[in-house]
Amino acid sequence: MLVFLLNRLWQSVILLLIVSIIGFTILNLMPGGPLAQFALDPGMTQADMDRLAEQMGLNRPLPVQYFDWLMRMLRGDWGTSFRDGVPVLDVIGRHLFATLLLMGSSTVIAIGIGTWIGIRGATHRYSMFDYSATVGAMVALSIPTFWFGLVGIYVFSLRLGWLPAGNMYTIGDGSVLNYLHHLILPSIVLSLVNVAVWSRYMRSATLDVINQDFVKTARAKGLTERRVLMKHVVGNALLPMITLAGMQLPSILGGALVTETVFTWPGMGRLFLDSLGYSDYPVVMGLLMFSAFLTVLGNLIADVVIAMVDPRIRLG
Amino acid sequence: MSDSGAHPLQTADPAAPQPVLSMRDLTVSLPDGMERAHAVKGISFDLLPGQILCIIGESGSGKSVTAHAVMGLLPPSIKVTQGAIQMGGTDILAAGAETLRDLRGRKIAMIFQDPLSALNPLMTVGAQIAEVMMAHGVGTPDSRRARALELLDEVGLPDPPLMYRQYPFRLSGGQRQRVMIAMALALETSILIADEPTTALDVTTQAQILKLIRDIQARKGMSVMFITHDFGVVAEIADSVVVMEKGHIVEQGSADAVLRTPSHPYTKRLIAAVPHLTGTDRAHPVAAPAKAEPLLRVEGLVKTYRSGSKLFGTERVVKAVDGVSFDLWPGRTLGVVGESGSGKSSLGRLLVKLMDSDSGSILFEGSDIAALKEDRFRALRPKIQMIFQDPFASLNPRSTIGHILTVGPVAHGVPYAKARASAQDLLTMVGLDAGAFGRYPHEFSGGQRQRVGIARALMFEPKLLVADEAVSALDVSIQAQILELLDKIQRDTGVGMIFITHDLRVASQICDEIAVMQRGKIVESGPPSQIFLNPQSAYTRELVAAIPGEQPGS
Repeated sequence: MLVFLLNRLWQSVILLLIVSIIGFTILNLMPGGPLAQFALDPGMTQADMDRLAEQMGLNRPLPVQYFDWLMRMLRGDWGTSFRDGVPVLDVIGRHLFATLLLMGSSTVIAIGIGTWIGIRGATHRYSMFDYSATVGAMVALSIPTFWFGLVGIYVFSLRLGWLPAGNMYTIGDGSVLNYLHHLILPSIVLSLVNVAVWSRYMRSATLDVINQDFVKTARAKGLTERRVLMKHVVGNALLPMITLAGMQLPSILGGALVTETVFTWPGMGRLFLDSLGYSDYPVVMGLLMFSAFLTVLGNLIADVVIAMVDPRIRLG
Repeated sequence: MSDSGAHPLQTADPAAPQPVLSMRDLTVSLPDGMERAHAVKGISFDLLPGQILCIIGESGSGKSVTAHAVMGLLPPSIKVTQGAIQMGGTDILAAGAETLRDLRGRKIAMIFQDPLSALNPLMTVGAQIAEVMMAHGVGTPDSRRARALELLDEVGLPDPPLMYRQYPFRLSGGQRQRVMIAMALALETSILIADEPTTALDVTTQAQILKLIRDIQARKGMSVMFITHDFGVVAEIADSVVVMEKGHIVEQGSADAVLRTPSHPYTKRLIAAVPHLTGTDRAHPVAAPAKAEPLLRVEGLVKTYRSGSKLFGTERVVKAVDGVSFDLWPGRTLGVVGESGSGKSSLGRLLVKLMDSDSGSILFEGSDIAALKEDRFRALRPKIQMIFQDPFASLNPRSTIGHILTVGPVAHGVPYAKARASAQDLLTMVGLDAGAFGRYPHEFSGGQRQRVGIARALMFEPKLLVADEAVSALDVSIQAQILELLDKIQRDTGVGMIFITHDLRVASQICDEIAVMQRGKIVESGPPSQIFLNPQSAYTRELVAAIPGEQPGS
C-alpha cells in the first residue's frame, strides 16, 4: 500500500512538472505577451516598454524565467496579478469560496439523485421509469446549460419572481439564507447535466453487477431483496463510480464557465476567462497549475479510496 | 417399462419414504421468439430423503431451469405456467415471495457452477457465511461467527480463523466451492441443489469436491439434487438419475439401472458418446513414416511471466513453460494435458508464436522459428494453424462463414475464386452444407461453429494444427463427432496435431502420445497405454485416479 502510494505520488510530481512546462511555454509564445496591454497606451515608448520588461524580468531567456517562476511557486509565491497587483493566491482564494459553494452543492445533488435514478433504472429495467430516465438524460445532455439557465431565470425570476436572477448574495445582506436563496437556481441548472451523466453510468454499473453469480448466491441465501441490493449490488456497482467521482474534483473547484457567466456568479470559471482577456498571465498560470493539481489530486484520492474499499487491490 | 420415462418410479409400498421434494408436471415457458416455447414441459420427479438425485442433460435440456424453479429464482422473463413443486407441505410455486425467501438458505441451499464469481469480492468469506444465519435471524453475531468457523473446518478448509478473514480472491476455485458448501450447511438445510458444481474445476479438485458432497450428504442425511452433463460424475455419486432432453424427462430410475441398462435411445446415445479412457494406443494403417526429421522438434522451451515491480521488490515471477522438449511427427497427434495453471495453454501460444519465448528452440521442418521476427515468420504462418476453445467467441459475428474462411488465404495472395472453391470443398469435408458459405455464425450451433473453426484452420493446408481445448466447450455427443472429424482429417491430410486439453478421457481418444504437464514442466510423456495403465509419475497417477466414473482400462 505504501509502495503503491509512493509510486503514485512520484508519477504525480512528474506529471505536474510537465504540465507547468507546457503551460508556461505556450503562454509565453502567444502573440502580444505580458506587455501587450501597455502597448495600447499611446504614452508608452519603446524605452518604457524595455524598462518594464527589465523590471519584470521578461527579457531573460525563457528557461531562466521558468526556473525562477518554479522556484518562487514552490516557496508559495505565485506572483502578483498584472491587473490589480494582488498576489495570485489571494485572487484564487477570493473566488474559491464561490465556486466551492456552487459546484459542491450541485455535485452533491447530482451524485445523490443520479445514483438513485441509476439503481432504480437498472432494477426496474425497461419500465416506464427506466424509459423516462433514459429520455430525460438524453434531453439534459443535448440541451446546452445556458439555455436551461436562461429559461430558469425567465420563469422563476422574471415571471414568478421567486428566485434572484444572479449574483451570490444581495449586497448589504450576508445572511446564510440569502446565500442559499441565490444558490438554488444555478446549482440545480448546473446539476442537470451531471445527474444525466451520473445516472447513466450508475445504471450500467448496476446492470453489470446485478447479473453476476454472487448476486444469485445472495438471493439463494434467503437475504431480503433490500439487503441483496444494498449490500451486494450497490457496493460493487459503486466501485467504478469512485474513479468518476475523483474526476469531478477539478471541476468542483475549477468552476463552470457558462453557468457562472449566466448567473453572474463570482467563481473560478469567470476568473479564468477574465484573466485570459486581460493577458493576466500570472493568474492564468496559477489557475492552470491549480486545476492540474486538482486533477492529479482527484485521481489520486479516487485510487486510494478504491484501494481501501477493494480488498483485491488493497491486499492483492 | 415403456412409460417409465414419463413418470417417477412410485412404489405402492406404504413404508416407502415420503419425498422431501416432489415435482409434478412442471412446465416453464420461454419468452416469445426463442427456439422453443418451453424450457421444460410436463416434468415430474421425486427427491427422496438422504438421496443424491442427478439431473443429467446436454446444454439446452432445461436442467438448470428446473433447479432455479425449485429455488424460486427464475428470471422474470421465464415463467412457470403449470405444475406444482411440493416441499414439506408447501407448494413452492404457489408460495409468496416472502415464504420463498424464508425457505432459501434455511430449507434449500444452492451452489453454482463458477466458484470464481459466486462470492461477493468485497466481503470476507466468514462474513458471507455468517450472513446466511443473519438473514434468517439465527443466533447473535458471536454465535454466528463461532458457527462459521465450525463450518469452515467441516468443509475441510485449513486454518479456519485465518480463512474467516480472507477475501474470496485469495482462494482457489476448489476452496471457494468449499466455502459455498459451508454456506449451504450453515442452517442444516434439508435439500442441497448443486448446479454443475465441479464443471469449472480441475479433475483432481473435482474428485475432492465430489467426495466432500458425498460425505456431508451421508453425515447429515441431506437430499442432494445434482445437475450435471457428465456421466462420469453421475456414476461417481448418484443414487438415482433423471435424464433430460430438450425440456422433457426421457428416462429416470436408479443410477445403476440407468447407467447399466438405459432404455431410452437418447440415454443410450449419451452414454455411448461419453469419452472413455482407452488404454489402447491409436492404430495407424500406415507404419510410422520413415522420415528422419520430425515435423516439430521443441527443445528447452521457456516462458516466464513477470508482474509487479522490480524496483520496489514486489516482482512476482511465474515460470509458465519451464524447459519443455518434445518431437512431433507428421500425421501424429501429441496430447498436452494438465490442470489449470500447468502452462499447457502458454505452450500452445508459444508454438503458434502468438507470444515470444524467452529461450529454447522450436524447429519447424528443420528451421528454428522461436527466434524469428514477426515479419519473417508471417510467411510460415499458414503452415501452423490454431483451433480455439470457444466456438462462440472465435468467429466474428459480423462476417459470413465464406468471408471468415477466405479472408486469410486472400490476404496471403490466393485468388478469391480459388479460395472460394476450396472453402466450399472444406465445408463439405467438415460435414457442413456448402450453402453455409453465405451464412452468418449465429445461424449455427456450437458444434457446427467448431466445424467452421476447423475448416478455417484447414484453408491454408497447414502442416501443423494446434488445438487448444477444441472440444471442451461442447456437449459430449458433439464432442465425439468433432474428435472423429479431427481423426479423419488427420488420416486424410497427414497434418501433425498438438491437442491441448484438461480432459484425460478426450486425450486418450485421439492422441498417439500424451505429455502430462505440471507447473510448466512435462512430468511424463508416452503413449496412452503407458499414461493410463502404467503411469510412471505420482502426479500422472493422481490425475488418472481422479477421473470421475472410470477405472483405467475398463
